[in-house]
Amino acid sequence: MSNYQLDYLDQLESEAIHIMREVAGQFERPALLFSGGKDSITLVQLALKAFRPGKFPFPLVHIDTGHNFPEALAYRDELAEKLGERLIVRNVADTIKARNLTEPKGKFASRNALQTFTLLDTIEEFEFDALIGGARRDEEKARAKERIFSVRDEFGGWDPKRQRPELWNIYNGKIQKGENVRAFPISNWTELDVWNYIRRENIGLPSIYFAHEREVLEHEGQLVAISPFIRLDEGDKITKKQVRYRTVGDMTCTAAVESQAFSIEDIIREITATKTSERGETRIDDRISEAAMEDRKKNGYF
Amino acid sequence: MDLLRFITAGSVDDGKSTLIGRLLYDSKSILIDQMEALEKQSRNKEDGGIDLALLTDGLRAEREQGITIDVAYKYFSTPNRKFIIADAPGHIQYTRNMVTGASNASLIIILVDARNGVVEQTRRHSIIASLLNIPHVVVAINKMDLVDYSQDVFNNIAIDYAKIAKTLELKDVTYLPISALKGDNIVDKSDHLSWFEGGTLLELLESVQVAKDINLTHARLPVQYVIRPQTEALHDYRGYAGKIISGVYKIGDAVTVLPAGLTSTIKAIETGGKEVEEAFAPQSVILHLQDDIDISRGDLIVRSGDHPRVEQELEVLLCWMDSRPLTSGNKYLLQIGSRRVRSVVKEIEYKLDVNTLEKNYSADQAGLNDIVKARIRTATPLPFDSYKELQVNGGAILIDETSNVTVGACMIQ
Repeated sequence: MSNYQLDYLDQLESEAIHIMREVAGQFERPALLFSGGKDSITLVQLALKAFRPGKFPFPLVHIDTGHNFPEALAYRDELAEKLGERLIVRNVADTIKARNLTEPKGKFASRNALQTFTLLDTIEEFEFDALIGGARRDEEKARAKERIFSVRDEFGGWDPKRQRPELWNIYNGKIQKGENVRAFPISNWTELDVWNYIRRENIGLPSIYFAHEREVLEHEGQLVAISPFIRLDEGDKITKKQVRYRTVGDMTCTAAVESQAFSIEDIIREITATKTSERGETRIDDRISEAAMEDRKKNGYF
Repeated sequence: MDLLRFITAGSVDDGKSTLIGRLLYDSKSILIDQMEALEKQSRNKEDGGIDLALLTDGLRAEREQGITIDVAYKYFSTPNRKFIIADAPGHIQYTRNMVTGASNASLIIILVDARNGVVEQTRRHSIIASLLNIPHVVVAINKMDLVDYSQDVFNNIAIDYAKIAKTLELKDVTYLPISALKGDNIVDKSDHLSWFEGGTLLELLESVQVAKDINLTHARLPVQYVIRPQTEALHDYRGYAGKIISGVYKIGDAVTVLPAGLTSTIKAIETGGKEVEEAFAPQSVILHLQDDIDISRGDLIVRSGDHPRVEQELEVLLCWMDSRPLTSGNKYLLQIGSRRVRSVVKEIEYKLDVNTLEKNYSADQAGLNDIVKARIRTATPLPFDSYKELQVNGGAILIDETSNVTVGACMIQ
């Protein structure tokens, strides 16, 4: 009997597939939020294992801020094409125009907060009742508290004090009309688990995850890519460095790290040796306050 | 590398969050920026030192009040094992959150303050461990630094606790003297506790055998989703997708689909896109059967001859989780695995005092966090096992159909 044992990655994979199938079984109009980042790419791999040879029971949805890395967008389009799955893209720029929103100002003006408006409009447009996302509990301490099935009100808001108890592997996705559920299949994965899985499954990634030469601005210890979306001031020091990205968000709010990693193996070695967390090293937007993530989630953010 | 899920139970001031902080800190799972954030926050406190508890309290309200309200999940690994910690509140008013955290745990760490010994809260946490059938219990006798690392204090508490363990039929109980604050016997052995012959907490967490906690005897597979591509090439493809919750399935096995009782044989098994000869818990698979029979989400595929009970009357131990009380006659949706059925709570037999284990037979209501023995009748026959014998097919939740909220957790007897 002793060979009936699952490796930890197999256990995490099976749990994630189970969660995806629960979403497919419990909801009428689910969607998978896809950004072209490694976590959502992992979700797509899990969806393939959960539903092939059938089609995905949900479209891929991307909320495009207009500040994305071109490499991630190209990857997104190629992947959807290759899989023959439906891809829905909605642009923050359109929401800004349609709803007369104010563009954020500043050196690294981020449309991160405005994404929520587009997301909620998209949910309404397609009447999505569940959204699968790649958030992990190890990323941040408000996320560490969130359920795998996280019920949101009609404004997408999360109420941490009224979370449903979630027991065993039983997920309660019953909601009122207008509400939606955010489902997080890789809640229990860490950054390293995701990388180990990508290596094991031999999953291709956008090129920006690997070391490359790039013009960057050094700002308060973080390396920000030079792009039309940031404001350059006098005295800004632009240098060319060999960098890679640990996470892929907007060009304005994701920082690069100096790196020698040209393969997944190299990346895993670097992460194992690193002394800084994923969000701490690369997210410019979380540094604002201790409860930044909790507040954004309450307002409908993922 | 395998996986251990454990829960830490403790209340205000007994050092639970400090213990987790210490485990993460000493196993080098806390990174520089998290440490900096911690130092910054600790400075706002008056006593100066770094407050390891701040690592785990993730909500603003928790940090403000200095207590844990909801379960937080924390992760760390050693070369041999990945750990998932459910950091659960221990206060009685958050019992339901502790039950949530405990439901998936293979091991529970029960913290006892060495100065106070076994108290009401210790008993309550142990009762929950026993109700939820957590296979391994670690009694961590904390704050040993405040009792001069006394072996007698440790021994007396262990003798005291052994009585509770016996009453509750807790199986695998280990006692450890520790100081979470000073780091004694958590990751590193301590000179102060040289009289203690056992290992450290981390050694214990790394070595406890969890593989045998998975039941490989009784084959149970709740169908979650039916895969039918309906394309030209795959016209006849019909796969039943689900996660094997217990047991082993092999090609050629005779199976029965419950509750209907239809029978067939396994034609093929797929997992991760590959065809395999056999599959076992907890793998997610797609099963193909020889016969074209009516199977849909919520059905349970079992190996013929090894059936669960299929009944409409259930005796349950029930943890009530809603602020509105449960009264006999109330109707709810009952969900077990992927199956949902209408149900009515026919009768509350008794209410369990979670501090003393006394049974109150005159109770006719259950309030938030109460644990009661109740009788439930379901609208249609339900396939289930007893929670004690096969936990994965013996736990169910109750859902209020008007609010959609999960209001109760049932351990079927």
